[in-house]
Amino acid sequence: MINFLILPILIPLVTGVLLIFVSKRIMLQRWIAGISSVIAIIFSALLVQKVRVSGIQTLDVSSWEAPFGITLVSDMMSALLVLTTSIIAFLCLIYSFWSIGEAREKFYYYAAFNFLIVGVNGAFTTGDIFNLFVFFEVMLMASYVLLVLGGKKAQLRESIKYILVNVISSALFVIAVAYLYSVVGTLNMAHISVRISEASQGNPPGIITVIAVLFLIVFGLKGAIFPLYFWMPGSYYAPPAPVLALFGALLTKVGVYSITRTYTLFFYHDTGFTHQLLSFLAIMSIIAGVIGAIAYWDIKKIIIYNIIIAVGAILFGVSAMTTDSLTGSIFYLIHDMIIKAALFLLAGIVIAIAGTSNLHKISGLIKRYPGLGWTFFIAALALAGIPPLSGFVGKLLIVKGGFEAEHYWGAGIVLMSSLLVLFSIMKVFINGFWGTPRAYKGEDKVPVGKMLIAPVILVIIAVFYGAGSEYVYPYILQAAETLANPEIYIEAVLKEY
Amino acid sequence: MEILMAFVIGILFMSATYLMLSKSLLRIIVGTGLLSHGAHMLILTMGGLKEGSAPLLGEKAPYTDPIPQALILTAIVISFGVTAFFLVLAYRAYQELGTDNMDRMRGTEGND
Repeated sequence: MINFLILPILIPLVTGVLLIFVSKRIMLQRWIAGISSVIAIIFSALLVQKVRVSGIQTLDVSSWEAPFGITLVSDMMSALLVLTTSIIAFLCLIYSFWSIGEAREKFYYYAAFNFLIVGVNGAFTTGDIFNLFVFFEVMLMASYVLLVLGGKKAQLRESIKYILVNVISSALFVIAVAYLYSVVGTLNMAHISVRISEASQGNPPGIITVIAVLFLIVFGLKGAIFPLYFWMPGSYYAPPAPVLALFGALLTKVGVYSITRTYTLFFYHDTGFTHQLLSFLAIMSIIAGVIGAIAYWDIKKIIIYNIIIAVGAILFGVSAMTTDSLTGSIFYLIHDMIIKAALFLLAGIVIAIAGTSNLHKISGLIKRYPGLGWTFFIAALALAGIPPLSGFVGKLLIVKGGFEAEHYWGAGIVLMSSLLVLFSIMKVFINGFWGTPRAYKGEDKVPVGKMLIAPVILVIIAVFYGAGSEYVYPYILQAAETLANPEIYIEAVLKEY
Repeated sequence: MEILMAFVIGILFMSATYLMLSKSLLRIIVGTGLLSHGAHMLILTMGGLKEGSAPLLGEKAPYTDPIPQALILTAIVISFGVTAFFLVLAYRAYQELGTDNMDRMRGTEGND
C-alpha cells in the first residue's frame, strides 16, 4: 500500500480550490497553476517508475480493505495515462497564458481547468466502478464550465446539447452500474471480474452481455464511437483552442480507457457477441471519421473527425484482444493524446492569425511563419503514422494484432485509413500553408512565438516517443500484459485471491 | 414490491423520454430530472427491497444492503448539481438567444 498514487488527483484538487480564492489576481493564478502542474508531472513520472519497479500499486482509501472500501489502483496503463495527462495539462496551461484572455481567467478558468484534471486522473486511477462514475461527473462538470465560459451564442447552444447528451449517458451509466451490482453484488472492479468469471463457468448468463453492451453505449457516448459521436463535431467546435485541445486529447480518451478497462477486465469470457460488436463499431467509427475528415474544409472539423478515426483504431486493437493488439492500442492511445493536443494548439494559432478556421480563406502561412508551418507538418506526419514518428509503431502493432486474430478486413481498413488521414491533414497543409500569402486583420497582435512553445514541446515529445519507442516499449508491454491477463490486476487488488 | 417498482421506473423513463423529445428547453430539463430519478429508483430496486434490520454490528440478521443507499445519495447529489447548472444555463441561453425552442436554436457559425 502506498499513498503516492493519490497525489495526481490531490494536487490539482487542492490547486483548484486555492485558485477559486485568488480568482481576480491573474499573475498569481498563473504561477500557482503552473507550479502545481509541474509538481504533478514529477509525481506522475515517479509513479510510473514505481509501478515499473514494484508492480501494480493500490491504495485502500481509509484502510477499508478491498473489496469493501473504495480502492485506487494504478497499473501501468493508468500510470502512463496519468503521466500523459499531466504533461498535456501543463502544456495546455502555458498555452492558455497567451491565448485565453483576461475575461476567462478572471472567471475561474484555471480552477475549472484543474478540476477537469482531477476528474480525468481520478477516472484513470480508480478501481471502483461507482467511483468511475463519480470522477466522470467531476470531469464533465468542469467541462461544462470550460465549454460555456465566454458565453457566446454558439457556445451556449452547443453546451445545451452537450449537457443533455451527457446527462442521458450518466443516467445510463447509473442504470448499468445498478444492473451490474444486482448480478455480482460488488463494486470493486477486480472483485466484479472474479464474480463474473465465477458466474460464467460453463454457461455465461445473457444478462452479462446486456450489461456489457450498456457499458459500451455509456462509454461510447463519452468516447465518441460510431453511432454515438453525433454530438462531438458541434460541441467541440465552440470552445477556444486550449480547451478544445484538453477535450480532444483527454475527455474522449477517458471513454476509450473505460471501454478498454471494462472489456479486458470484466467481459472477456464470452467475447463472441460483445467483442464482435466492438470491432464492428470501431471499424465503422474509422469509416465515419474518414468521411467527415475528408468532407470538411475547416481546420477544426478536420482534426475533430480525426479523433473519431483514432478512437476507432484504438478500439479495434482492444476488440482483437491479443497481446500485440493491446500493446498497439495503448501505444496509439498515448500517441494520439499527445498529437491531438499538439494539432489543436497549432490550429488555435492558425485561427488566431487568420481569424477564421475556413481553409478557403487561409493560404500561404508558411512564408511568414515557417516555424508554425514546419511544426504542423511534422505533427501531421506523426498523426498519419509515417515512420519513425509516433503513430507508426502503435498502428503497426494494432494491424499485426488484427491479422493474428484473423480479422483481415478490419486490419485492412485500419491500414487504409492511414492514407486517408494523411490526405485529410495534408489538405490543411496544402491549402493553409502553401499558396500565395495573404494579409490578415490583427495578425500582428498574436504572440505566435510564445504560443508555439507548447505545441513544439508536444511535437518533440511525439518525435521521441516514436523514434525512441524501444525505450518506451517495455513500459507499454507491461501495461498490455496486465490487460491481457486480468489475474495480475485481480491479485494486486484482492491480495488473497 | 419489486414488480411494482419496475413499473414505476418504467413509467418514469417513459415520461422522461417523452419530455426530452419535446422542443421546449424547460420540458427537456424536467425530463432529465425524471430520468435521473428513474435511475436512482432502479439502483434501490436492484439492491433488493427485502426487509431487514439496519446493517450494524449486534443487530439481528438479515441486514438490509446499505450500498444502494450510499450510491443513490451520491447520484442524487450529482444530478442535483447538474440540474442546477442546466437550469442556469437554460436561463442564460434564453436571455442570449431569445428563445427556449430547440428548433430555433439551430444554426451554424454563419448565422449566429
